[in-house]
Amino acid sequence: MERQEARLAWLLVLPALTIIVVIALFPLLWALWESFHVHDLRMPWRGQPWIGLANYVEALTEARFWEAAGHTVLFTVASVTLELTLGLALALVLHRSYRGRGVVRAAALVPWAMPTVVAALVWRFLFESPLGVVNALATELGLMEQPFVWFIHATAAWVPLVLADVWKTTPFVALLLLAGLQNIDTTLYEAARIDGASPWRQFLHVTLPLLRPALLVALIFRTLDAVRVFDLVYVLTGGGPGTATEPLALYTFHVLFQRLRFGYGAALSVMIFLLTFAFALVYIRVLGKDLVRTSA
Amino acid sequence: MNAQRRYGLLAAVGVFLVVTLFPVYWAIVASFTPETRLFAAPSLLPTEIVRDHYYALFAERDFWTPIRNSLVVAGTTTLFCVTVGALCAYALARLRFRWKVPILGLILAVTMFPQISLVPPLYLLLRAFHLINTYPGLIFPYVTFAMPLTVWLLVGFFRQLPHELEEAAMVDGAGRLRMLWEIILPLAMPGVATTAILTFVYCWNEFLFAFTFTLGPERYTAPVAIALFRGQYQVSWGQVLAAAVIATAPVTLLILLFQQRIVQGLTAGAVKG
Repeated sequence: MERQEARLAWLLVLPALTIIVVIALFPLLWALWESFHVHDLRMPWRGQPWIGLANYVEALTEARFWEAAGHTVLFTVASVTLELTLGLALALVLHRSYRGRGVVRAAALVPWAMPTVVAALVWRFLFESPLGVVNALATELGLMEQPFVWFIHATAAWVPLVLADVWKTTPFVALLLLAGLQNIDTTLYEAARIDGASPWRQFLHVTLPLLRPALLVALIFRTLDAVRVFDLVYVLTGGGPGTATEPLALYTFHVLFQRLRFGYGAALSVMIFLLTFAFALVYIRVLGKDLVRTSA
Repeated sequence: MNAQRRYGLLAAVGVFLVVTLFPVYWAIVASFTPETRLFAAPSLLPTEIVRDHYYALFAERDFWTPIRNSLVVAGTTTLFCVTVGALCAYALARLRFRWKVPILGLILAVTMFPQISLVPPLYLLLRAFHLINTYPGLIFPYVTFAMPLTVWLLVGFFRQLPHELEEAAMVDGAGRLRMLWEIILPLAMPGVATTAILTFVYCWNEFLFAFTFTLGPERYTAPVAIALFRGQYQVSWGQVLAAAVIATAPVTLLILLFQQRIVQGLTAGAVKG
């Protein structure tokens, strides 16, 4: 009986598993292989000679790579911090107030359901200069003396970029955390109250620890998304002005399809993969060893 | 709760609603505003409503083609992944066998792969098979993220069904496969439908693969067409936003119709595990 069940299980699992291995794991190994070779699509006669780690060395000694890496980290830290803080605040508010929860949930799903490309265009339109609505409102309210051209300033261009990401994903983070909050046993709060714990201490000692799994999941998913950001930047700023907002994925894309250097591009893409992987490992180590176990 | 705090909470909810919905509202209003007035003295309420942009989108630009491409690619991918994924998810959720946990771990890990890491090999592969700028050339890459996602979501839904179901059926002497077909699947139908909707939406919204593996307007998906409107074709903002509304509205309505189940499905893994 047991063996029969196991055999059936494998029979059912194998098609999907084979597909996943063939189309996701195998390409990943191929990318790794490419990254140790020269592969220039403009010069097919050069073939694909092995060059060891030269592509990686080139990346690590190139200014544009380090700038892109810096932009990726900056974008990740800024957007994920804002998303988790605001998301948690919003979740706490929703947890407290029963009124309007349905409306809020519906509203929260709208930015999430929208294609990133569309969200990026909408925010481009809001910040468009000189007469986009943000500029119009800000001058009207006296915050600015004259319309500001957001997209030609290396620093200012980050504002719509981060805001758009925060706008698109915070509501969903809030829903995720709200589900976590609703799972906390309310008697724990009563016990804490009887012990004379202030609301702040209840938050620190009951809410936060019990919310840890949900926080961890939100943190991992948001970080991994931010590290590989492409669509949003491509449409909203194009990585510009110049390359001032260019993250690693965009630079990789440029290397692949503008310079047609596939070996080097593959090396960059492998590094993005490793960066994502490193983030995930650190989080799981620091915040919760139980993630895979509880979710499996 | 005292009145002051209640008003505070309501105010916070109000601020959230305004901030979340205003950009959407503004884009919709703009898509109905004449181009000449788009950037001239914005007023919060529309002063003049025209359908020019929508009309131009289909009359001048053939926005049907990208919509059709998106439907074909997202639809086929979803159908394929849900069918194959449901079998796999059933085994992972309800059968006993070794290697279950590592397989789940692998599937979860694959859902987190950065898409850009798969772009160079997939491009070379599709080029070798002359699949660039074809439907299979998009469906195939889409399966890379859709399959693990589908399996992961379905495992969550299948797990919620009570285990007594199978025990009862077992007493009746039903085989495992018949059990899946006659008992589990009908009961899990809401979960399967939710998974299908989510997979479809992910495919519909996808940009990087569609952008990389298509070459021209005849195969662009809706997000690619919209994104390239501004850069390559210098299309007016009004039309771009009209296209954005058309590409977003159906998917959003679908999500809102099934919102309860969708939120439940997406948050289940995060909370209870």
